[in-house]
Amino acid sequence: MLLARRYRFPMSPFNELQREFGRLFNNVLSDFDACPVPRRAAPGINVWEAGDNFYAEAEVPGLGMDDLEVFVVGNELTIKGRWNAERDDDQRVFHRRERQRGAFTRVLTLPVDLDAEKVNAVLKDGVLTVTLPKAETARTRKIAVKSA
Amino acid sequence: MQTDVIEQCDCDDVAQSERRQTDTTFMPGVDIVELDNEYVLRADLPGAKPDDIDVQLDRGMLTLHARVETRQTAHQTRSLLHEYGVGDFHREFKVGDAIDTAGIVAETANGVLTLRLPKAAAARPQRIDVRPTT
Repeated sequence: MLLARRYRFPMSPFNELQREFGRLFNNVLSDFDACPVPRRAAPGINVWEAGDNFYAEAEVPGLGMDDLEVFVVGNELTIKGRWNAERDDDQRVFHRRERQRGAFTRVLTLPVDLDAEKVNAVLKDGVLTVTLPKAETARTRKIAVKSA
Repeated sequence: MQTDVIEQCDCDDVAQSERRQTDTTFMPGVDIVELDNEYVLRADLPGAKPDDIDVQLDRGMLTLHARVETRQTAHQTRSLLHEYGVGDFHREFKVGDAIDTAGIVAETANGVLTLRLPKAAAARPQRIDVRPTT
């Protein structure tokens, strides 16, 4: 079994090629202590819709609630976070350094307005899940059809 | 010289037998820092409950495995953005003689596994007294 690399990208021939390329490079470079796990500038986000809610989820291992900010304006969700470096990190000898560090801001625009008052964010085992209820005006309404 | 103390192992056969209910296994990102008396290995295992994280050391092979349950379970959902996949984590490292394997300690917080690998006595820096000749 091949160990998939941490992040997957949408499939397209180009990406496929890039992945092969990356794999080639990783294999060639692994002997020279290259980073086998591509590191991103900001964590990836998954968003899905279920009924009257959207759910946005991000993997932010190592962050506590105090290191995260989540806010909603209209139909826009913003997630900010910061990994605090250890005090004398710069003087330490790193044999591998693949984990994310530094600060990030992600802004997502959702298809409809959100009910900002009822947004709920939960952090568990390094996964942030934000529940985003749709604004009342944006919810699907069932219209009763009366016979004339 | 010290870089091969904790060396990654690319043995796919071991991963094969560990396969669980999820389709894809991911390689977690790690930091390995060397301090005076120990190495500290931190691995990102987001979504893994502490009880589902398995650390094994067998004949010089350190294996990290974390079972991660699918989170987007409800049916009738529609995906709008998919930037990462969710699945088990697996990674292996060779641990050299410079590590005191009996003293390895593991702990986890906020989806990060921290392993402390003490250096064997022979690998620690030692202070040699310098005395003036009399």
